[in-house]
Amino acid sequence: MHQLTIADMVSGLRNREFSSVELTQHFLKRIQALDPQLNSFITVTEEAALAAAQAADTRIAAGDAPALCGIPVAHKDIFCTEGVRTSCGSKMLDNFAPPYNAKVIDGFNAAGSVMLGKTNMDEFAMGSSNESSFYGPTKNPWDTNCVPGGSSGGSAAAVAALLAPGATATDTGGSIRQPASLCGITGIKPTYGRVSRWGMIAFASSLDQGGAMARTAEDAALLLNVMAGPDGRDSTCLDKPAEDFTRNLHESLRGLRIGIPKEYFSEGLDPQTEACVRAALAEYEKLGATLVEISLPHTHLAVPAYYVIAPSEASANLSRFDGVRYGHRCENPADLRDLYMRSRGEGFGEEVQRRILVGTYALSAGYYDAYYNKAQQVRRLIKNDFVEAYKNVDVIMGPTATSPAFALGAKSKDPVAMYLEDIYTISANLAGLPGMSLPCGMVDGKPVGLQIIGNYLDEARMLNIAHQFQQHTDWHTAVPGMAA
Amino acid sequence: MSVDSSEVTKLAELARIAISDETLQDVTERLGNVLELVDQLQLVDTAGIAPLAHPLDEVQRLRADDVTEQNQREAFQNIAPQVEDGLYLVPKVID
Amino acid sequence: MEWEIVIGLEIHVQLATKSKIFSGASTAFGAPANTQACAIDLAMPGTLPTPNLEAFRSAVKFGLAMNAEIGKRSVFERKNYFYPDLPKGYQTTQLEAPIVGAGTVEISLPDGSTKSVRLHHAHLEEDAGKSLHDLFSSKSHGMSGIDLNRAGTPLIEIVTEPDMRSAAEAVAYLKKIHSIVTYLGISDGDMSQGSMRCDANVSVRLKGEEKLGTRAEIKNINSFRFVERAIKVEAERQIDILEDGGKVAQETRLYDSDKNETRSMRSKEVANDYRYFPCPDLLPVVLEDSFIEEIRKNLPELPDAKRERFEKDYGLSRYDAELLTQERASADYYEAVVKGCNEPKLAANWMTGELAALLNREELSIEQSPVSPGHLAGLIQRIQDGTISGKIAKQVFEAMAKGEGDADAVIEAKGLKQVSDTGAIEKMVDDVIAASAAQVENYRSADPDKRPKMMGFFVGQIMKASKGQANPKVINEILKKKLDALL
Repeated sequence: MHQLTIADMVSGLRNREFSSVELTQHFLKRIQALDPQLNSFITVTEEAALAAAQAADTRIAAGDAPALCGIPVAHKDIFCTEGVRTSCGSKMLDNFAPPYNAKVIDGFNAAGSVMLGKTNMDEFAMGSSNESSFYGPTKNPWDTNCVPGGSSGGSAAAVAALLAPGATATDTGGSIRQPASLCGITGIKPTYGRVSRWGMIAFASSLDQGGAMARTAEDAALLLNVMAGPDGRDSTCLDKPAEDFTRNLHESLRGLRIGIPKEYFSEGLDPQTEACVRAALAEYEKLGATLVEISLPHTHLAVPAYYVIAPSEASANLSRFDGVRYGHRCENPADLRDLYMRSRGEGFGEEVQRRILVGTYALSAGYYDAYYNKAQQVRRLIKNDFVEAYKNVDVIMGPTATSPAFALGAKSKDPVAMYLEDIYTISANLAGLPGMSLPCGMVDGKPVGLQIIGNYLDEARMLNIAHQFQQHTDWHTAVPGMAA
Repeated sequence: MSVDSSEVTKLAELARIAISDETLQDVTERLGNVLELVDQLQLVDTAGIAPLAHPLDEVQRLRADDVTEQNQREAFQNIAPQVEDGLYLVPKVID
Repeated sequence: MEWEIVIGLEIHVQLATKSKIFSGASTAFGAPANTQACAIDLAMPGTLPTPNLEAFRSAVKFGLAMNAEIGKRSVFERKNYFYPDLPKGYQTTQLEAPIVGAGTVEISLPDGSTKSVRLHHAHLEEDAGKSLHDLFSSKSHGMSGIDLNRAGTPLIEIVTEPDMRSAAEAVAYLKKIHSIVTYLGISDGDMSQGSMRCDANVSVRLKGEEKLGTRAEIKNINSFRFVERAIKVEAERQIDILEDGGKVAQETRLYDSDKNETRSMRSKEVANDYRYFPCPDLLPVVLEDSFIEEIRKNLPELPDAKRERFEKDYGLSRYDAELLTQERASADYYEAVVKGCNEPKLAANWMTGELAALLNREELSIEQSPVSPGHLAGLIQRIQDGTISGKIAKQVFEAMAKGEGDADAVIEAKGLKQVSDTGAIEKMVDDVIAASAAQVENYRSADPDKRPKMMGFFVGQIMKASKGQANPKVINEILKKKLDALL
């Protein structure tokens, strides 16, 4: 049953081939059996899941089933879930059960889906390996000595190991696409503003974007259908009506112009990874697309600009965690300063502290122009590169990550090496563009991802492009040994 | 630009994060590495380029002036570290 | 050495919106602690701000009233600092692109002169919560309690250029702002409840010097009177330091009204670095010209225009007109009185005289006046038609103030009706003349042009005999006739 796609499950449930309770129990059993090897869940909400499945079955029986009725999903522990611990991977929020839901969670509830639990993540979504989680690292199902990527590593590993057919995730600099790549699944980060950030704990507000992970593009589209849409509570959420992202899945790719940025195939890219990506591009040519070499000349500045902008925003976004109204509070504070210093010193892990300090530095008197303002100027240059490129191409493709999954601990002591993990994904966040990763090959038994960067609001097209690839290849059907 | 440990101490004070003496050296060194990475920005000529604070050129929507929130003090204070008589307690604030 | 005081003001005005600037929580005053602090006000994780249209409308009204530029594209920024009454750890405010730009306002000074004060800008921001310090239970001993009901209440911060040169000018400016915001109805302007708060930047320099001296910022002064006293005492402190050869420190100081002194706020002295940057949760606010014009079209009559109209239509002096139009409520009261009695000058005299004294004595606002405009108008009518004299009118006024009914009721109840019956007055005149032989003799032998003055004695005696109720006009007529007959 765990091999089914979400699309299969929807029809299976409607045709009474199985019930949501059966489906849910099946996944809960798999989590129980396999997750100890992976640590992809922080919280498993077994009881609530079974109750929701029961309710879903009743609705299905009554012929009143909304889109994802009875479909089990996992949610990244960054989305606030009413009455259920929402830790954001941090000791700071280990005791935090919000009295409200994120807009995304409300969307899934309204669609009748069943929450299996909350997935592991880098603390406050700051990381590319899932090693900065307070709850310990998540392991890659393809090789448990390797990282699953991050920050949505828990969601990616859970989907890859078939512990959940789909999961929510967020992407600030690559946090959906890079783990999707490293775990061999399909992940989409929509255009900035597609998905409401209400109740999604902020890392860097102008970059954060919720998205979906699943095994196929079609499933990702089904998930995105219930996530995207306007929300008056998020000023940055686009005032665009909800769309059916599956509407273009079956369109032909004949005449599609694919931009290949030469900067994405330069030194630093693992040759075997490059070979997989090139082979995927050749497949697209067979499907009728044309490859056009393009240049995104400011690509090399994306990581530096990002590591000013994201920490700057984060340094302010994380000031609310002060031990006063919720979250971790140190024991017996001597005075107010001590309350702040120790609550935050104890509650935040090393990487989070580092980024807060970097952001504090970049915004402080005398440095603002040289860092923050400069980075925002460079951000415009990076966006302009894309705007220019889209005059001649429909979509841009390249590798998602420089290499397949790396070993646990390999980069955890070297923040700069870790930051360079996101070298191909960060630009899309800076420009606010939608991005995807889909499996396109294997290197030494570990998956390789192909990145698709679309034009603004072009998600339906991107999903079509990914779906057509998956109709002609089977990389997305590969299952790690431990999960078979 | 590299930083020294006294600057890091000042930043940590501004950010209200206690950093132990034992880790200060490591923190300083790694912070220095990150700043070195971002210093690549200094090599670009950005004269005349308007900063981009939001990726999309959208403008703010304004909300009608209606009271839409109910009192939920109990729910909020159930998860608070220390409250009394509806107040959040903190060590004495001195002006 | 002659010193010059240089003052700039930063005035925080709470806007009278129903909901907060970034959330749908109520701004009503006086609710139990934290019952009006919603998830957004509490900075719960994942919550986001949504700005209130009415706060912008109010700010634009203010800007137009100040003849200021309106920021058609304004940007919210984050001002970062840690304080328990600031739940997000930053205040959402405006810095580089405020909603209201430069403008000017004219103030009237007690000596009758006027002066222009330049507005630097005014911006929208959110108020902080409140810290309560005197908690008594054993559990909370040594702790402060935080109430976030006020957190997120919309404020406009109005910042002047350093254009004022005396405490009196600062007070006149503050009163003018108070007058404008209450006329516009964008704030209740109640300083005692903190709806309007004032920080004063004060420095001194030698007269003739161009360079500004080092300034101290005096925080949170909560009445017009304290503004005057705080500035005076702070300027004296700085002059003393400079005359002793010392240097004034640039710092934040708090005015202690009990001791009438300012003192350094040590907690604020740790070098602040607010790390302002554009709030990424909010987008630039772009106002259409049509939105601004619609507001301009519907602006109420403002104090300056009303004052001019009062001078012109009611023949009032500038001073009286200024006094009556400073508060919209006074102006409305005045116009209601005039409507009721059609005696603009008498109405002005009564309002600036008896009524002002009464309100001052009872510490009441004009809205709380125990004498309604209708009652005052009725009183003035009774003076005008000769029912009572001006002197008796004061007695009637006091009775009305005590709630003894309208003028007619008081006059009736106390039998204060003026005696105009010539027969009765003639008799009183005759009696007084008969009893005052010496004075009558003096009158007769006096120089003719001194006689009118000498009549005063007789009038006084007659009024006394009538217990003040005889009509003075009638007394004068009869008395003159009778005395002249004796010549």
